[in-house]
Amino acid sequence: MSSELSIKDLKVNIEGKQILKGINLDVKQGEIHAIMGPNGSGKSTLSYSLMGHPKYQITGGEVKVDGTDVLSLTPDKRAKLGLFLGFQYPVEIPGVRLGNFLRIAYNAVHSDNQLSPTKFFRLLKEKVNALGIDENFIGRSLNEGFSGGEKKRAEVLQMAVLQPRFAILDETDSGLDIDSLKVVANAINTMAGPDVGLILVTHYQRLLQYITPQFVHVVVDGRIVKSGGKELAKELEEKGYDWLREPAITN
Amino acid sequence: MSTNEIIDRDYSRYGFHDADAKYVFQTQKGLSRDVVQAISKFKKEPQWMTDFRLRSLDIFLKKPMPDWGSPMLGDVDFNDIFYYMAPTERGSDKWEDVPAYIKDTFDKLGIPEAEKKFLGGVGAQYDSEVVYHKIRDDLQKKGVIFLGTDQGLQEHPEIFKEYFGTVIPPEDNKLAALNSAVWSGGSFIYVPKGVEVDIPLQAYFRINAKNAGQFERTLIIADEGSKVHYIEGCTAPIYSSDSLHSAVVEIIAKKGAYVRYTTIQNWSNNVYNLVTKRAYAYEGATVEWVDGNIGSKLTMKYPSVYLLGKGAKGEVISIAFAGKGQHQDAGAKIFHFAEDTTSRITSKSVSKDGGRTTYRGQLHIERGALNSKSSVRCDALLVDEKSRTDTYPYNTINEESASTTHEATVGKISEEQLFYLMSRGLSEADALNMIVMGFLDVFSKELPMEYAVELNRLIQLEMTGSVG
Repeated sequence: MSSELSIKDLKVNIEGKQILKGINLDVKQGEIHAIMGPNGSGKSTLSYSLMGHPKYQITGGEVKVDGTDVLSLTPDKRAKLGLFLGFQYPVEIPGVRLGNFLRIAYNAVHSDNQLSPTKFFRLLKEKVNALGIDENFIGRSLNEGFSGGEKKRAEVLQMAVLQPRFAILDETDSGLDIDSLKVVANAINTMAGPDVGLILVTHYQRLLQYITPQFVHVVVDGRIVKSGGKELAKELEEKGYDWLREPAITN
Repeated sequence: MSTNEIIDRDYSRYGFHDADAKYVFQTQKGLSRDVVQAISKFKKEPQWMTDFRLRSLDIFLKKPMPDWGSPMLGDVDFNDIFYYMAPTERGSDKWEDVPAYIKDTFDKLGIPEAEKKFLGGVGAQYDSEVVYHKIRDDLQKKGVIFLGTDQGLQEHPEIFKEYFGTVIPPEDNKLAALNSAVWSGGSFIYVPKGVEVDIPLQAYFRINAKNAGQFERTLIIADEGSKVHYIEGCTAPIYSSDSLHSAVVEIIAKKGAYVRYTTIQNWSNNVYNLVTKRAYAYEGATVEWVDGNIGSKLTMKYPSVYLLGKGAKGEVISIAFAGKGQHQDAGAKIFHFAEDTTSRITSKSVSKDGGRTTYRGQLHIERGALNSKSSVRCDALLVDEKSRTDTYPYNTINEESASTTHEATVGKISEEQLFYLMSRGLSEADALNMIVMGFLDVFSKELPMEYAVELNRLIQLEMTGSVG
């Protein structure tokens, strides 16, 4: 049976200011959803709130995975439940080697099916090769001195290794040149499949030239103002967001 | 949570003590000429050593305490310490000969096992005396000497007398004078010309008795073109009153020799750890201090290298971890006295729960030490707002052709780093630990694997209780 991530009327404040004003969204394993919207609409807030960043204060609504409440859990418990966040700006953690870190993370997330170092590194190598990533990555300090493209690739690699049920990829396409974008998009496509529900959060349509979502949602001013199929993304590219903004305000 | 609970948990593996320890000889509490003479007499030392000790005592009594460093230094009560406690008549190279309760102690600490697995030689000191010393046969056949320092004096008096006290004379500082007066135990190592000792030699120092002082004296001589790596570990049980550890370590690296000295000190939080360590590096020689300071109440320790010959190299890599009530005042000293010499100092410190770390470093480049190069880097990590760190670099660069760099940073663990790691499934405690271990990575990657694993475990223990 496939799992479902269900977001109902989610309201979130940052430092007392309301950013999300009631988000509703259901994502099933195997689906690809794109969340689009102008800057400042609350897209990243949605990403961080789903993963449990302490700065984001939940003021209403609920988030559940197959009926299990997510919002009361710390980020590590959410990861164990099968959530993953691909960061827009992954933070550097000096001296922590990507490979070792991922092994500990893997065994934390899959605590009932832990892998020995040998088995884990076999899995890691397999993923690294499948995603077309340089093997040297494994021994490098986590995100330290990584280029923009390398950081995003490392995020996708982590997703591939940790095998979440639901992955939120926050602005994964930002700051990438066209070659890096293709590599990252290709990696995401390799990952996509019946076992993962993907939420691609993006400002531009260009990532969606390489990855085809079944659903596109537009967030404006803290609400989903329009949902549709992949053709909606094209329409947004042509018309921009303003035509959606007006009704949201007058309503 | 009370301090006691934290300490008990942190040192669960080391905090035990032997209630039934028996001492074949011990001096009365406090320090006097009689005490010093009694130690020397019990050890059946030659007259020159008795004289050396008495002269050192006079120097100790005359010299003031250092007026710099930690204010905690003033709390040391030199009259409340047993200066000499001998658990056995004589050290042995047979494990069976070691008294059972001491064997138990070192068994618990994993020493005999480590010897079997990855060491070329092992020494074990219990309070004042070395109780066990053993070196691999093939190394012995090549002429490598690895003995307790007292045995070194008895069995190799010529080598001993030539070098003992030459790198750190008793006049050097008050605590070196104290050690010189009452020293006992430590390691004596001599590596002959051209001999390379391919796996580490290790000594383990254990303070067991309450109010005990441990004053080991280590002397390492690496003859021309030789190579050796010496490791020492140290622990003590928890008592309510303080102990004193005041060692002197002298290293002589002759032309082209390589010496690495690795310490992981994990004294309990009631030990004053006041140590003088210095090395002479002659032409083309390399000396490296790899110095880890986790435990103790107060540590004041600045391993130093005197670069005396052309092309000599000195390196100090150190870490200090200060928790509640601890002050780690540590650093390094490098003196460039010859041309084309190079040095590097890397220091990392972590402070938590109100602990205090101080980096204190001295870099001196003598006029005429042409083309000397030195780089100094010290980074401090503060785990919380209560903790403190300071940096005191003292530089005297008297040679224009020298090039030096100095970098210092103070960092905090950021919410973003914690969130990032937790979002991947790590608990808050594991995430904190990982960030700290990553910060210390430049140090731990220098350790043999077994020690790196142990260090990781110790840091993990120290980090528990910092969440929430």
